[in-house]
Amino acid sequence: MTVVLEAKNLKKHYEVTTGFMKPKANVRALDGVSFSLKAGKSLAVVGESGCGKSTLAKLLTMIETPTDGILEFEGQVKDISNASILKELRKHIQIIFQNPYGSLNPRKKIGTILEEPLIINTDFSAAERKEKALAMLEKVGMRPEHYHRYPHMFSGGQRQRIAIARGLMMNPKILIADEPVSALDVSVQAQVLNLLMDLQEELNLAYVFISHDLSIVEHIADEVMVMYLGKVVEFGTKEQIFSKPQHPYTRALLSSTPRINPAHRIEKIRLKGELPSPLNPPTGCAFNTRCQFANDRCFKETPELIVTDSSKAACFAIAEQRLDYLK
Amino acid sequence: MSLLEVKNLSVSFGPEGKAFKAVDRVNLTVNAGEVVGIVGESGSGKSVSSLAIMGLIDFPGKVHAEQLHFEGQDLQALSEKARRQITGDEIAMIFQEPMSSLNPCFTVGDQIMEAIEVHQGGKKKERRAKAIELLKQVGIPAPESRLDAFPHQLSGGMSQRIMIAMAIACDPKLLIADEPTTALDVTIQAQIIDLLLDLQKEKNMGLILITHDLALVAEAADRIIVMYAGQVVETGPVDELFAAPQHPYTQALLNSLPESSLGHRRLQALGGVVPGANDRPTGCLLSPRCPNAQDHCRQQEPEATGSIERQVKCFFPLNQPGSSAA
Repeated sequence: MTVVLEAKNLKKHYEVTTGFMKPKANVRALDGVSFSLKAGKSLAVVGESGCGKSTLAKLLTMIETPTDGILEFEGQVKDISNASILKELRKHIQIIFQNPYGSLNPRKKIGTILEEPLIINTDFSAAERKEKALAMLEKVGMRPEHYHRYPHMFSGGQRQRIAIARGLMMNPKILIADEPVSALDVSVQAQVLNLLMDLQEELNLAYVFISHDLSIVEHIADEVMVMYLGKVVEFGTKEQIFSKPQHPYTRALLSSTPRINPAHRIEKIRLKGELPSPLNPPTGCAFNTRCQFANDRCFKETPELIVTDSSKAACFAIAEQRLDYLK
Repeated sequence: MSLLEVKNLSVSFGPEGKAFKAVDRVNLTVNAGEVVGIVGESGSGKSVSSLAIMGLIDFPGKVHAEQLHFEGQDLQALSEKARRQITGDEIAMIFQEPMSSLNPCFTVGDQIMEAIEVHQGGKKKERRAKAIELLKQVGIPAPESRLDAFPHQLSGGMSQRIMIAMAIACDPKLLIADEPTTALDVTIQAQIIDLLLDLQKEKNMGLILITHDLALVAEAADRIIVMYAGQVVETGPVDELFAAPQHPYTQALLNSLPESSLGHRRLQALGGVVPGANDRPTGCLLSPRCPNAQDHCRQQEPEATGSIERQVKCFFPLNQPGSSAA
């Protein structure tokens, strides 16, 4: 299986002003994230708001440049400061945004929206562009007459289909989906997820699927990366994460996700408090303020991602066998 | 006697003759100490029906109800002033977006104390003491200093706790929570739902929990009401309703959840979308999307059948006792 994208120790730090005459603070929105993405597979990124999921999406789509770290595309490091290389690279990495009501230009017809990437990146004639746009509309389950309509004439699910179609116009190898179904109703959510799965199979797409909804992640992902305050706390295959979660945070996330079937529910772990401010992260393990297993070491040293029985996790308590649920 | 008894509640908007019924003949009873979950997709009328119960539907919206009784008292017969006494006092509501429900110009203390002042009065010192007590109840650390915080200084979870504190300030008998956790993260959602259920048990309140998240009500509610396009399509006790749904829409909603398709690559999606204001079909409203629909369904509207506890609005209900078809 070919690796299409590899991230090594990716970092993004933002400088923010804290007030007049006060020193600038450094927010570590993303602090050392590594993963590899394979063709035809989905990597899910989960975590609460403020954990760096969307920053990661911006780095991967090269909307923002990383502060540090390397992005390898098909085994090669690309110089993304070079505009022509960047333009070439962007054809292969596309993104779908969360809110289909905000991501489509209300003044443009669907046809224009779909053809815009072709105008910028290719020299197809108008007739060829239209042909490609119509073919893509059909692929995402829309009808040819929709070509001449405006975004406001469509429902949320249809708009998200259009956004997906736009993302696929350049035949990308990688599609970043930033919470693609969280703005949709349950029954429509299933339609769009099915479409994404079908397209992946047909086009051998690699997905980076960003979501906070673990039940959707469980359905769509091959590998799962759990993030907390800019760092990866656990990384593993779907089976590892969902059947044998190692990190206390992963476990808390899983137990907080409501389930219909009583048999699927696991013992609740209630986290106290909230995500600490990224401006002022705790020393040691970032999770120590909310973790019931934290001891002195967790408040002093920062754990690294290490291999455990199943997944990779960043927690001292696993090696020290302090976690009740793993015994 | 039930705490809240609603019969044939309809809310319509628009001119006579062409009026659009956002809520269509909804029946609802809530007993003290009971958690009733109302589920449905957007546009199903869940929020509008709760606003109608609160008396918050303004002109040009029209509210009709055969019966709208709270503790045996006819809410429709009351004067606006008398009704206002009950709203916010004995019936309280929590809204979906905590950040936009709080007034950004006043401290949270002011806003909580306002609720107490309107309904209970008392000296300023007493009100402040009561507000601190309320913040403690909803689990806010350092309540004395938090009282002087402005909404923008609080996170989403904290703001929702403040909203809950305001709602329970006058010890309501009925609390309506409209999507109380939709804007929040899962771990915070779990905290807020726990808090709501703890308070509900402690004060023996009736709680109406409105949400689109089926799994959430499955864990929290005693009884479920499923709404589709303004109508109640199915009601029943939570375990029965989720184990053996009788309405095809409930079944389809459950099927479309990823949890129901574990191990399968495709989800069982329901085609189409909820009909809007101008494209409501004749007959059963689900008929264009329903896999079991027949000509009969497209022409005639089904009546709700079954016991008071377990009702379904369908000509061909699923999972009938005695039939083996699943």
